[in-house]
Amino acid sequence: MHPFSYVRAESVTAALQAAAGNPGAKFIAGGTNLIDLMKEDVARPAELIDITRLPLADIEENDEGGIRVGALVTNSRLAYDGRIGARYPLLSKAILAGASAQLRNMASTGGNLLQRTRCYYFYDVATPCNKRDPGTGCSAIDGVNRIHAILGASEHCIATHPSDMCVALAALDAQVRVTGPDGERTIPVTGFHRLPGDTPHVDTVLAPGELITAIDLPARGFAGHHAYVKVRDRASFAFALVSVAAALELDGDTIVDARLALGGVAHKPWRDPEAEASMRGRKATEETYGEAAKLALRGARGYGYNNFKIGLARRAIVRAMTTAAATS
Amino acid sequence: MNDLTPPSRIHPSTALAAADVPVSLTINGGVRTLSIAPWTTLLDLLREHLDLTGTKKGCDHGQCGACTVLVDGVRIKSCLSLAVMKHGAQITTIEGLAKDGAPHPMQQAFMDQDAFQCGYCTPGQICSAIGLLNEGRANNAAEIRELMSGNICRCGAYPNIVAAIQQARAQMQEEGAEVGSAVQSTQSTTGGTQGSRGEDR
Repeated sequence: MHPFSYVRAESVTAALQAAAGNPGAKFIAGGTNLIDLMKEDVARPAELIDITRLPLADIEENDEGGIRVGALVTNSRLAYDGRIGARYPLLSKAILAGASAQLRNMASTGGNLLQRTRCYYFYDVATPCNKRDPGTGCSAIDGVNRIHAILGASEHCIATHPSDMCVALAALDAQVRVTGPDGERTIPVTGFHRLPGDTPHVDTVLAPGELITAIDLPARGFAGHHAYVKVRDRASFAFALVSVAAALELDGDTIVDARLALGGVAHKPWRDPEAEASMRGRKATEETYGEAAKLALRGARGYGYNNFKIGLARRAIVRAMTTAAATS
Repeated sequence: MNDLTPPSRIHPSTALAAADVPVSLTINGGVRTLSIAPWTTLLDLLREHLDLTGTKKGCDHGQCGACTVLVDGVRIKSCLSLAVMKHGAQITTIEGLAKDGAPHPMQQAFMDQDAFQCGYCTPGQICSAIGLLNEGRANNAAEIRELMSGNICRCGAYPNIVAAIQQARAQMQEEGAEVGSAVQSTQSTTGGTQGSRGEDR
């Protein structure tokens, strides 16, 4: 690791002050991704601002009848919280599908949103990577790209966002609460992560010096019919090749509302409003799901090693929607 | 010779000594106060500064679990933790498990069940297994396998590791030990975020 200075923030105000006009500084909470990236020489912060002592670790009811999750709530505490399990089981299942028990004990809710891609080339400082070193090129497009994006990629970057939690948050229409030099604001999870375009080094819309303080879960949790399907190379402790967060509201066997978010396929959790709309008012059948999958994947393209993901995603969508309909 | 040492001959740790941060941790029941570089991981603090080499460095990237220790009773990966961030915490390592010269029930179970070959992953496996019991979620073999997936055993002793955890769990329940007291430091007052998880179930 490169040397850095260390600041232990005792309040949100102090954390923001420490970060203001300090572009080399990074906030650190769980550290499960950042410290790894620092060991790999991919991240070289000049200063770390330790935010673990800030009062942002509560899970509480919010004003909209939903639940507010503090940015410092650990992944395991969130996943095993009784209120989350009862009202937002899709979120619990997605979190528990990710990482390992030790990492979930460490990783924070805010940090999970900000974790970076696991693209092999991003991690390998000996290779070109537009995300790590803008303008050097993308090694993955013509390289080993089995784990890479099939949707929303660009000629500059085909990396994927690796989170499971964020896929569920996107399906649930959760909101990210942030505070910064210009005050507080709320960003929908679906608009929090960016597509790579020609600036793949910018993962999110978070402005310099801004700090995530909480995630707001809306009142509607789709506890009735939901599923998180994760397809990966081993049964546990592996990133998704494709994952699907599915949620349904049914009236008998008619679909009243449907949510569908994909992980492991794009630079952000992937939602497609048209695919969701296509299911509303129709019977909850494999045919309906298959057509929605076709819509969701209409822009999909492979880059060689990851061509298989298109068919895999289609089948995973059908399986997830079918499982969600059967869940009660 | 003058007093000026050429920069190239300054050992990095000497050159950067000004950046050291004071830190105080309770390790296996004893308070340790020292001054360390902020980039020192908890793993390196234990092994290189405190000679507690029972905790192993495997991958050093959070993937193998050999470095697992308990922080306020919660299992974490010490290789991805900065020691300065654990200021005030209670750390339990493999060296802190035996009581009055007798192995911890989990240690005894690993011996009874032959739950290792080379033994390199074993301290991490044992600390992780105790953390798992603290979490109260080792109800069957499938659950144990899933929740121990953060600990790799390249000798492949997995079936015996599962058996050891089941043995220790049964024994500790028989002895009436609260799951949350599998390790003494769990009852500390440092307020680990996971320590009171029981209330959520």
